[in-house]
Amino acid sequence: MKTIKEKHSLLMRWTHWVNFPILTIMIWSGMLIYWASDTYSITLFGHTYFKFFPQGFYKTFNIPKRLSEGMAFHFLFMWAFALNGVVYVLYTIISGAWRELVPQRKSFKEAWQVLLHDLHIRKMAPPQNKYNAAQRIAYTAIILMGFGSLVTGLAIYKPVQFSTVVWLCGGYHFARILHFALTIGYVFFFLIHIIQVILAGWNNFRSVISGFEVVNSAPKKLTVPAEDGK
Amino acid sequence: MENKAKPKKELTIEQKINRRNFISFGVFGVMGAAAWKGWSWLYNAPKETASATAGARLPLRRALNKTELAFRNFFSNNHLVKTYPKEMAAKNVKVNSFIGLKSKFEIADWRLQVVKQSGEVLSFTIDQIKALPKTEIIYDFKCVEGWDQIQHWGGLKVIDFIEHFGLAEETKAAYVGMMTPDKVYQVGLDMPSALHPQTILAYEMNGQPIPINHGAPLRLIIPVKYGIKNIKRIGSITFSNTRPPDYWARAGYDYYSGL
Repeated sequence: MKTIKEKHSLLMRWTHWVNFPILTIMIWSGMLIYWASDTYSITLFGHTYFKFFPQGFYKTFNIPKRLSEGMAFHFLFMWAFALNGVVYVLYTIISGAWRELVPQRKSFKEAWQVLLHDLHIRKMAPPQNKYNAAQRIAYTAIILMGFGSLVTGLAIYKPVQFSTVVWLCGGYHFARILHFALTIGYVFFFLIHIIQVILAGWNNFRSVISGFEVVNSAPKKLTVPAEDGK
Repeated sequence: MENKAKPKKELTIEQKINRRNFISFGVFGVMGAAAWKGWSWLYNAPKETASATAGARLPLRRALNKTELAFRNFFSNNHLVKTYPKEMAAKNVKVNSFIGLKSKFEIADWRLQVVKQSGEVLSFTIDQIKALPKTEIIYDFKCVEGWDQIQHWGGLKVIDFIEHFGLAEETKAAYVGMMTPDKVYQVGLDMPSALHPQTILAYEMNGQPIPINHGAPLRLIIPVKYGIKNIKRIGSITFSNTRPPDYWARAGYDYYSGL
């Protein structure tokens, strides 16, 4: 028999989908800004493996020479990004939804088992509630990353007025590197997230829009306990 | 009347599922379309009409100005830019722009023109400025492009200049405007930033007179702003209650550009 199982709250769904276009705009406008001083690369022992970013990438996305435009978009949508994040975090704390989200002590061990299971190396996945251990870690990490983007962003945006924040971020240079690295982190999160959502299927995806999953439960057979089992 | 009597039939699970899906996906679709509409409105919004600022989409310029007001609340003369020991200052100081420095210029004929709000024009020689107490600063110069460099500058604090030459009355205005002698490069500064204790009229770089490509004989060093506000070769200073012209704000950049 089909039953409706509530999964995601209305507020969680709204903030999730509101965040999607905002973060997209923040990443895009951030690119427009980064282009003006695109100094980062992955270099090990004098050999550069990757330069952020190759000319072809800039051309494809029409990034060059749009610094002022990038800043104007970035410094408007930063408010939306921050506000949406604050609403979500406050809700998650107050509603108690954090209990299903924050990693537990066993999560770190279990996340490994989830990974092995997802890679078809291990047969059984550990039992879970709303989120499995890997999800708990990933979704909590992404919230912390969002907070990190706000803090490092503030540090490079107003380094004189908020010099303490700059100090906390390890200086102006390092704050800019962190701000950039977090953005790369979002892109990787997004890729894995999309793959996982596709693999998880329609029922799971729908729950982030409709809020519920449909559970097919076979009617329970009556089992007569041998003795009066309390 | 008859309706009332009819007992409402409870929805089946299937109906419940369909109903909730219909509402949720309907709202999702409508909001998605609205978001896309909103974005294309913003992206294709007309440019602002040119004034002290120009070149930005009108709604984004409004947002920049509002954001300026929000962050002005955090500005304080007690918030100082971090300073460094002299040894850390770059020997090879970056030159990023020659705008305003390309016209014919005789350094010997240079005078600093200060235009009071009454219209009275005062004129100063570099020696008059050098005669006053010198302030040195070694700090991290920050460019709007994203690079920064520790640099060593020396000169006269703007606030000292104002007080010594009896210009205190002018600081009641909201803005200070500065221009190169050829008027090609201009900056507009809000008064609090202009009077910040680390804002200086610089005539020395690394302990030597400023080279011509860095803005000889006198340039602005204003650590509470991005490099674009650090005008080289100051020709004139004005005071006003409306925003004075500003080269980069007219090219779509934030007028405040404060750090």
